[in-house]
Amino acid sequence: MAATVFIGAGAGFAGDRTDAAGPVAEALAACPGPRFLMFETLAERTLALSQLDRQRDPDRGFNPALDRFVGPVLACCLREKIRIVGNFGAANPAAAAARIRGMAREQGLPEPTIAIVEGDDLTGLISADELATRETNGSILRGATKIIAANLYLGAEPIARALDQGADIVVTGRVADSALALGPLIHVFGWKYDDWDRLAAGTLAGHLLECGSQITGGYFADPPFKNVPGMADLGYPIAEIDADGGMVITKPAGTGGCVDRLTVIEQLLYEIHDPSAYLAPDVVLDVTGVMVEQLTSDRVRVTGARGKPAPETLKATVCVDGGVLGEAEISYAGPNAAARARLAAEIISARMSRRAPGLVFRIDAIGVVSVLGENGGTLLRPWDSHLPDVRLRFAAQSAMVADVELLLDEVEALYCAGPAGGSGVRRRLTPRLASASCLIERKFAAPRVTLLGDRA
Amino acid sequence: MTPATVTLHDIANARSGDKGNRLNIALVCRDPAHYPAVAEQITAERVAEAFAARKPSRVVRYDLPKLSAFNFVLDDVLEGGVNASLGLDGHGKSLSFLLLEIPLQIPKQGGSKS
Repeated sequence: MAATVFIGAGAGFAGDRTDAAGPVAEALAACPGPRFLMFETLAERTLALSQLDRQRDPDRGFNPALDRFVGPVLACCLREKIRIVGNFGAANPAAAAARIRGMAREQGLPEPTIAIVEGDDLTGLISADELATRETNGSILRGATKIIAANLYLGAEPIARALDQGADIVVTGRVADSALALGPLIHVFGWKYDDWDRLAAGTLAGHLLECGSQITGGYFADPPFKNVPGMADLGYPIAEIDADGGMVITKPAGTGGCVDRLTVIEQLLYEIHDPSAYLAPDVVLDVTGVMVEQLTSDRVRVTGARGKPAPETLKATVCVDGGVLGEAEISYAGPNAAARARLAAEIISARMSRRAPGLVFRIDAIGVVSVLGENGGTLLRPWDSHLPDVRLRFAAQSAMVADVELLLDEVEALYCAGPAGGSGVRRRLTPRLASASCLIERKFAAPRVTLLGDRA
Repeated sequence: MTPATVTLHDIANARSGDKGNRLNIALVCRDPAHYPAVAEQITAERVAEAFAARKPSRVVRYDLPKLSAFNFVLDDVLEGGVNASLGLDGHGKSLSFLLLEIPLQIPKQGGSKS
């Protein structure tokens, strides 16, 4: 059995840098042991957007940046036997697999073995009403008739099974992000599905890798308090994991960024609630005993993950139509800018209260109070004399599209019918998805693994 | 030893994460020596006060002494979460810096060794 498994992260979200995986693949090629490159590109909402893509075109519905993520590293990975595991399949893993085969052909590469993991899609298996009764912390699904997407978070087992079947590339839809690393570890080390501490360690490795550069200096810099070198060329992380679940986090030599105790701890706690009970499909991870130790420059050792038996239920994300979000902005600058901006806000409030009294909208004063506070119209007052310019933003969300459009029209009308000097109106209407979390019994999870060539 | 007043931003790092309408903020002491002062002063109640404008329904602090870190979990502070909020920062990513504005007192460095 291998002593150490090397897993690199090529992407940490759907919009991540597409040239980050190259240096990771090259570094993995020099690593002495089984090598894997994982791509996490599936945020909560992304899958529903992909589902809508697939409804429009049955050959779409996977991550639209698939070519840019995988294309540049495909030759290196196939040549060096670096196996790729990614959830870029989104709502259509089979189509993503076919596209990767197409890329290999276009590049003149040998035909890779590509596995497709499915079974996360709950639509057709469970009704909208049944989902509504399983919703946690909310009631978005109550009364909803049309479910756009409903996907379980599958665990690591189908990924391990796909690798057992010889896959060079494993394409999934919704799986727990951490399963992208745990699957390869189960495959190589043969960890049992009740070996809770090792499953916890593998889950922790995945959690540390799943956001890509967020552990190597990305999302960290706050100069001069927290300096990160070379952020224009951040190196993405590589985890070296041993058979007992100890691991070292590092990054490719010659890349920017840094791996130290503090970058690792920030990512360790990212999106965690109770640190003694981080729920994953395969195990409940307890990080309260984890030790983080700097070994040398850009090498940090992480040990001490503990596990408890897997939860009885699986999480699912369910998306329904959320109406539209309308946003419109206008600027006021120079002497007395704040007073003119405040008047603009008052005009919009007065007209909307007559023309669409039921519509809730929000006013921000960008650069003054917009992100941490709200209601710029009132909060502008104490700042009046100091403001060189104010950009007002109005936002509303509703299924009543006409009401939202009315708000945008009213802001645009400020160009002539508003205070002096109003400038730079921009308006935007975006379809919105409302998402809910549900807890689903395991009987609904039947993950399927197929090899691309075996499919009809 | 007289204490000095600083903000959390002077001595600690923070990162926000979101799940639905729930926010977590990891707070990590850059120097483990500051952990006791933070533990004593930056209570869940103190953080709830700093976030009062967001009307948290519950604030829980989890302590991670081995990491010189804390995890704060704030319920119902994201205006419905990223898919429902009308705000520019539906994820609440910037709220870690609201936490870092909180002042606290730390033992003065470089004082007499006696």
